Amino acid sequence: MSDISSKSPSDGRAVSFRGGGFAPKSRRWVGFAVFAFLILIAEWGTRSGWISALTLPKPSDVLVTFHELYQSGLLFKHLGLSLGRLVIGAAIGASIGISVGVLIGLFSYIRSGLVPVIAAIFPIPKIALLPLFVIWFGIGEGSKYALIAFGTFTPTVVATYGAVDNVDRTLIRMGQSFGLSWWSIVRKIVLPGAMPGILSGLRISFAIAIILLVAAEMLGAEYGIGAYILEAGSLYDLERLFAGVVILSLLGVLVSGCIGVIERRVLGWRS
Amino acid sequence: MDIRLDGVGHSYGDAEVMRDITLDIASGQIVCIVGPSGCGKSTLLRFIGGLERPDHGRILQIGTPPEGCLNPLTYVFQDFALLPWRSVFGNISLVLEDHGIRGKTAKAIIDDVLARTKLTDFASALPRQLSGGMKQRVAIARALAVKPAVMLMDEPLSALDSQTRELLMDDLVDLWTRQPFTAVYVTHNLAEAVRLGHKVVVLSRRPGQIREIVDIDKPLGDREFGDADLEAHQKHLWQLMRDEARAADAELLHV
Repeated sequence: MSDISSKSPSDGRAVSFRGGGFAPKSRRWVGFAVFAFLILIAEWGTRSGWISALTLPKPSDVLVTFHELYQSGLLFKHLGLSLGRLVIGAAIGASIGISVGVLIGLFSYIRSGLVPVIAAIFPIPKIALLPLFVIWFGIGEGSKYALIAFGTFTPTVVATYGAVDNVDRTLIRMGQSFGLSWWSIVRKIVLPGAMPGILSGLRISFAIAIILLVAAEMLGAEYGIGAYILEAGSLYDLERLFAGVVILSLLGVLVSGCIGVIERRVLGWRS
Repeated sequence: MDIRLDGVGHSYGDAEVMRDITLDIASGQIVCIVGPSGCGKSTLLRFIGGLERPDHGRILQIGTPPEGCLNPLTYVFQDFALLPWRSVFGNISLVLEDHGIRGKTAKAIIDDVLARTKLTDFASALPRQLSGGMKQRVAIARALAVKPAVMLMDEPLSALDSQTRELLMDDLVDLWTRQPFTAVYVTHNLAEAVRLGHKVVVLSRRPGQIREIVDIDKPLGDREFGDADLEAHQKHLWQLMRDEARAADAELLHV
């Protein structure tokens, strides 16, 4: 070993930094900036003419259409009906999905019996079943609830039983070793333990519910965001089409935000 | 209440993990079980607590558990097994709720066990806020809350660093001196065994059989870190185990 004290600091070279990264953090304003940038590009392109009016409507025109929709009072009529369908359908689908998912996670026979069934119905485009639902549940609200519920059901089931499978078994053994009843173990250990997985599954399920909302309003709906978009689409009224699409996107952001709030409240123990 | 193991043997498929284990666990004593890895120490503990069933032999409870005992055979796990979404208080109240103990009675019990494990100030903390040593003290407090007849401790200090382990051993000795409890204490750490055990049971490698039972008469309260006679016991135990451990180690390589 050489005597380090005899060397001057100028002999040394700083160790180059090669750590860091791989830890994305949330930077709230960046998202808004990207949206604003995309909209400005579209506005500039449509105004200066290198984007033709048939390709994309002018964002400012979409805004005007939106404003007209708001002033005519139709916005809330459309939105109210759609939200009702979305909330009722998604609530039915998610609650049945969570219950079935928990049962699959807990019982061997139910698991063996239902997992193949779920795998068989998961890839069916639920939109294709709309005529069937109309026959089963009528052309009114029933078929719309059923379609949205069915669409949210399958992803919720898969997420839930996966989450139940991932609950730490040592916690369950602990519950048994203290003589907790079966029902107490499910309620106090399995369900809270599965909650993170269930909630992230619901994010996906509710996004699918919004997609299916539009499909559900294809048949026998006079009002509703989906009906509004489809009508605008068939008339090739791009401003109204985009106004509807913007509403759906906002709805998606809202739902995702709601789940975020629930996650922070229910899963505060995690971070 | 005493526990008697009568000719306990078990196999997982073709692999025989233990054979003909007969052992008495007298009340008020800490019995340490040591042995090379894979000798079935933890399996034996799961048999005693009824979490698994042995192929051969019986586990007997002799006598009735003391008055007020809610869960006669109570575990303390190596990885603490605390519910991360419940506070320290909630984790202990979890095991009382099923016995219909709530409200004031529960609070009195929880306050008492928290005081005994020096956790009074941390009642509302969540497990993620606690160090490993504190988490294990919560688990011990939870075990004490159900007034067990026998504590089944599965390598309770193995997940902790060596300083915390020393501190917690002192705490366990304190707890025992103030109110003697019965415990079966599984460990691979011989220092823990000679410090805490009234009896040290040495198991052989797979299939686990009792090689020797070493009695250590020195009272728990008088045992100190680095005592010469404890060192001698530890050395003796290590001599018993050394060849077994080496053979067990080599065996795993063939699997």
